[in-house]
Amino acid sequence: MSLLTTLARLEAVRAGVAQPLATVRHRHVSERPFALVPLAAAGETGAPLAMLLGSDREHPRLLTVPQPLDRDLRFAFLARLGDELLPYLESFGGDVELLERNVKDPESGEKTVEVRELCADAPQLIVPNPGGVELLGLFGRSTRFRRTAEDPDPGPYPAPARVPLLGRWLTHLSERANVPGSSMLLPLTSTLARHWATGQSSLEDAHLGALLAWIAPPEGSRGEQAASRAENGRDERGQLLVPPAGPATDPDFDSLLLAPAVTRYDAARSAQDEPLTRARAEEIEALLRSVLLPVWHQVWQGIDLLRELPPAAHVVERWEGDRWSYTGHRDRVAAGEPPQPLHDDAVTAARKLAQREREQVRVDLEEALDDPLAMAEHRLAGQAFAGEVVEVQPDYDTSGRSPKPRPLVTVRTEDRPHLDPGGEVHRAGGPSTQRAELAWLDAEAGLLTLRLLSGMGRKKEPEPGSVPEQGEQVCFTLFELSARQSAPLPDPEDTPWTHGGPPQ
Amino acid sequence: MSTHPSPAAAPTPGEQADAAVAAILASALHGGERGTVVDSPPGAGKSTLVVRAARELVATGERLMIVAQTNSQVDDLVDRLAQADAGLAVGRLHGSDALPSEIATRHAGVVASTKAADLRELPVVVATAAKWQWVRDTDPWHHAIVDEAYQMRSDALLAVARLFERALFVGDPGQLDPFSIVGTDDWAGLHHDPSQSAVVTLLAHNPGIVPHRLPVSWRLPASAAPLISDAFYPFTPFRAGTESGDRLLGLGPATPPPPAGLAPGLARAADEVLDVAAESGWGLLELPARLTVRTDPEAVAAVAAVVARLLARGGEARSERGTAPVDAERIAVGTAHRDQAAAVRAALAALGVTGVTVDTANRLQGREYDVTVVLHPLSGRPDATAFHLETGRLCVLASRHRHACVVVTRAGIPELLDAHPATEPVQLGVVSKFPDGWEANHAVLEHLRRHRVPVG
Amino acid sequence: MNHSTHPRVDQPLTPLEARLAALRGDAAARSMDARALAALAANPGCDRRAVLDAAGVDKASLAARLGSPAAFGQSPFAITRGLVFERRLRADRCAELVALLRSELLPEASAQTPVEVPDLLPSEGPAVRAARTRVALSEAAAAASAGRAWTLLDRPLLRLDVAGSSVSLEPDAIVVGPDGRWTVVEIKSFPILDGSADPTKVGAAARQAAVYVLALRATASALDAAAPSAVRPAGASGAGKPGSPYVEPEGLAGAVRTTGLLVCPRDFSNVAVAAPLDLRKQLAVTRRQLVRMTRIETLLAALPETARLDEAPEAVDALAHAYTPDCLAACELSFHCRTQARAAGAVETLGRGVRGELGSLTTVEAALAATGEGEALARAARLREEALAR
Repeated sequence: MSLLTTLARLEAVRAGVAQPLATVRHRHVSERPFALVPLAAAGETGAPLAMLLGSDREHPRLLTVPQPLDRDLRFAFLARLGDELLPYLESFGGDVELLERNVKDPESGEKTVEVRELCADAPQLIVPNPGGVELLGLFGRSTRFRRTAEDPDPGPYPAPARVPLLGRWLTHLSERANVPGSSMLLPLTSTLARHWATGQSSLEDAHLGALLAWIAPPEGSRGEQAASRAENGRDERGQLLVPPAGPATDPDFDSLLLAPAVTRYDAARSAQDEPLTRARAEEIEALLRSVLLPVWHQVWQGIDLLRELPPAAHVVERWEGDRWSYTGHRDRVAAGEPPQPLHDDAVTAARKLAQREREQVRVDLEEALDDPLAMAEHRLAGQAFAGEVVEVQPDYDTSGRSPKPRPLVTVRTEDRPHLDPGGEVHRAGGPSTQRAELAWLDAEAGLLTLRLLSGMGRKKEPEPGSVPEQGEQVCFTLFELSARQSAPLPDPEDTPWTHGGPPQ
Repeated sequence: MSTHPSPAAAPTPGEQADAAVAAILASALHGGERGTVVDSPPGAGKSTLVVRAARELVATGERLMIVAQTNSQVDDLVDRLAQADAGLAVGRLHGSDALPSEIATRHAGVVASTKAADLRELPVVVATAAKWQWVRDTDPWHHAIVDEAYQMRSDALLAVARLFERALFVGDPGQLDPFSIVGTDDWAGLHHDPSQSAVVTLLAHNPGIVPHRLPVSWRLPASAAPLISDAFYPFTPFRAGTESGDRLLGLGPATPPPPAGLAPGLARAADEVLDVAAESGWGLLELPARLTVRTDPEAVAAVAAVVARLLARGGEARSERGTAPVDAERIAVGTAHRDQAAAVRAALAALGVTGVTVDTANRLQGREYDVTVVLHPLSGRPDATAFHLETGRLCVLASRHRHACVVVTRAGIPELLDAHPATEPVQLGVVSKFPDGWEANHAVLEHLRRHRVPVG
Repeated sequence: MNHSTHPRVDQPLTPLEARLAALRGDAAARSMDARALAALAANPGCDRRAVLDAAGVDKASLAARLGSPAAFGQSPFAITRGLVFERRLRADRCAELVALLRSELLPEASAQTPVEVPDLLPSEGPAVRAARTRVALSEAAAAASAGRAWTLLDRPLLRLDVAGSSVSLEPDAIVVGPDGRWTVVEIKSFPILDGSADPTKVGAAARQAAVYVLALRATASALDAAAPSAVRPAGASGAGKPGSPYVEPEGLAGAVRTTGLLVCPRDFSNVAVAAPLDLRKQLAVTRRQLVRMTRIETLLAALPETARLDEAPEAVDALAHAYTPDCLAACELSFHCRTQARAAGAVETLGRGVRGELGSLTTVEAALAATGEGEALARAARLREEALAR
């Protein structure tokens, strides 16, 4: 954690309410998000227990598994999840924009124009926390390889027809969630925690109820009390006042309410009493609805909170990355490609890592450019400085054939960049990318004189507006303001001997 | 160095090292495996080995490419190659925004270019892994040498391996591991985890490759090699190439008055710890226990004081290489964080000291000095973190010196370590890196306590 | 759950044991179970935890009596699932476990070697069980060196000295192979999915297994002393130099392998799968931790002689706590300590890392006061204010 975040947390303790960590919203929030609150069956790996879901906050759909050990009931759940979710996911596939780009044929060197489709929008799934993302990933892992009755060899336990397709989408979405800055599958707790600092630790922020209690404490209550109630408060039956946001259920809920209900359901079922079995299943549904509904409201409260923040300037551009990701998967499904493999081969793993690192650098840079609070982190760390231009002196580089503008700009700042004369800096928020180097500095007076090196056009005199003027506020960073391109990697079939050769 | 091992007596360090080098060269040239791996502890002659192997590989008439990790490593290597063989044409391939240093380009035989095509007919071409990754449309080189291979990531090797048929990988497994700014759990346990060291991937996929080892440190004095070997290389021990009497650090008398700005008490303690270090090879300058911010002004002042007194007293280093003054160029200060390095630089400047290298562990990797002054990574901290406990960090800081190392710290680190949670996650199937950082920190401190000088 | 009663008949209590027993009151002593070991790992510097664990106090019920119950319940579904998994492995004199261990640990040549699964008297008290385990180990070593059989010790009980007080440890199983090497086996209910498992849980299992290896070495040394064995089992190698924390001990203690075996359900099924755990790092760390631990007698000095936690639970507050938010995941008493830490305004309540940022400022109040003037915090406050004003 940085000192600025620590300071915000200290202020939150004093204020009794969470403090802003961002002045803008750094993640895309869709106009039509799809919320999912999944619960897992305790003790079973990736086994669903229940889920409240939908894009209509007033009318959530409830799916349950009355006996989580029953394979058929689990598949019935997943099939219904597919029925609810796949139409939403697929609804974004039809509306596309056509983009042209020039490509050079690697063999002939001939240039042609390629037209590609980009879906105009993409789905957005919102879950309470990273555990929800992980559980959806596990659903994806457990279903994408399933054979169905439509397969030539359906096996002993064929899954319902669209279950493997659901598995492939969930796998894609949960992988995408690992790409920094992506918003296609958003865990709410970490997204909220990016924007608000509470007066508790980040470990405690992982509890959605406690986090919201700090961000929006009920009238007359302080964050600490409200969070404590959300964590621990129990009613006269010993049940939590604020049920956990999953995917794990409260053990006391399991032992006092759910387990007896499941036992009654099993009894009715083994007695082959269908009406009673249905009634027992409805009891379980009612129980699960009672612990899911409060979380459902929390999720939408969290979405509302995020929507109140103005979107950061680069959010739309990053969302385009999600649209590409969605479009790509849509195309792979349409092309009948097989499900994602269990493990990435060497080249795929390296490509994914490169993408994630590139996107991490990019999101850090963009957040700094979009949000003065994010830039403040770099200023405090001595990696950027901001201040007022106090003097501008025209100067030229006359070493070449034609003179080039190299004006000297003196900035007064209270920041203390780790910068020595000759060091390179980059202008943030200028009209175009612009490099400069430190010509000299007067650390005592906080005066830095920079020589601008680029971004002023090709003529002898700088383009109008390209050089900051006296009195203007400017900001420079010691780091480059764009992510570097990743190096090319071989095709998987050309995997070298150092990495085991081509995958079998 | 003797090249005639006598069967009766135990081999001398020189004989041991020669035998190791001979086996390495035989494997690189004619071994049955396409890869040869050499583990080299600090100062074990890795650079010498690389230069020698380069010349022998070139002598076979094949073209050689060399991969290093940073531009300064590349420049260093080019310089060494050119010095070893003035007649050798060496290509220095570089990026358009990273011009080669003068130490490389000053040699007549060195050709620098941003394009591989300009250099491909030269017997040797040297570049960073980052630059090699972009080279395409070329026939593979027959031989490659990959330097600092433990600091190279597996994905970087994946991008360059198409450029060569056989390769010699050389590096120090005890230094800092490569890292990623994003989570890499998705690939943990896979042989080709792109975030792990290139050598780990190579060995996992090529079980026939048995790493060679350079068994003798020519840098570390006899006072340091056993400690560093035990604490950081428990399964691959090495020895010092010199005996305890071979290296002498002579200091002038502590009589010249300390300059203004240096507290007399601190100056006295600095003098005392320098005497201890000159005598024993190690010194621990210990400030009273206190929780501080990272740039603890008193600890920074103490580091600066040690350096200033060392320079003021005029040290002289006598070794198998002869006798030379310990001037600013032969002294380095090591820290864990960049802001600490910046604070030490400022403190030194205030005392009028210039020319001393002050840098973080990451940047001191592969460097060598006569005397080092280290600000202990845990000094003044309320708690340790995985970063501060990383084995390689302490190993780099404690193994840069030929004569003596002075560590400056707040008291109380053993207690801090005791209270540190042992909750390191473990990934199935991942070969764990040895030794443990927590344990190594304790072991080093236990040793340093014998050379302790308290301040105030 | 590992409730057990210390025997009071077969050996007199040491003064320390008597003091700890009095502190515990009428409550039964708990073994150093997985949770206690995890709490130790998470916060080795906490005096309060050290004393409570040494005394075998049930921290969950203590927390409840203090009005800050822990949130460490386990779902009946998870318990059932774990029990089903273990029961299957152990059914029929551990037939399934034996088969798995045979294929994982034994060379093919020993496929025909019979296995012994001795009765370790699981319903007896700890002293009897510990004695029985020692005898069984010694018999197993003899059987192995005679080439007669390999042995699976199911739920043995080991004793280990922790900070000057002896605690009970219950590994899931120990295998004494035909080569004479001893292996600690840990059975866990978390899955190994596509070859990997939750690294936090694997790490905890490895640290737990390392404690068992140390206890096993101590037991082996005691057996050695009782009947010095001239044979050092084959395969034990003295890696590392003498004095190195990674060196394997001499004698029978060297028979204990530094690689443990983790047994878990595979993927989404209930079928068991095994994975080796390299314990060398955890061993080196745990060994030094145990050596350096403050002795319980010293810590007890903070408590009045007459303190009884079953009657007056608040006496626990005389022991210093070292709360950090990480405790919430590991210690039953964490809510209680958190309340105290918050009341004191300790900056640790905001996270372990916060202390490193704030240096000598240890309270929220002091830190906020420092935003007015001074170095980093004041600059941070100025930057924050400037950014929020836009």
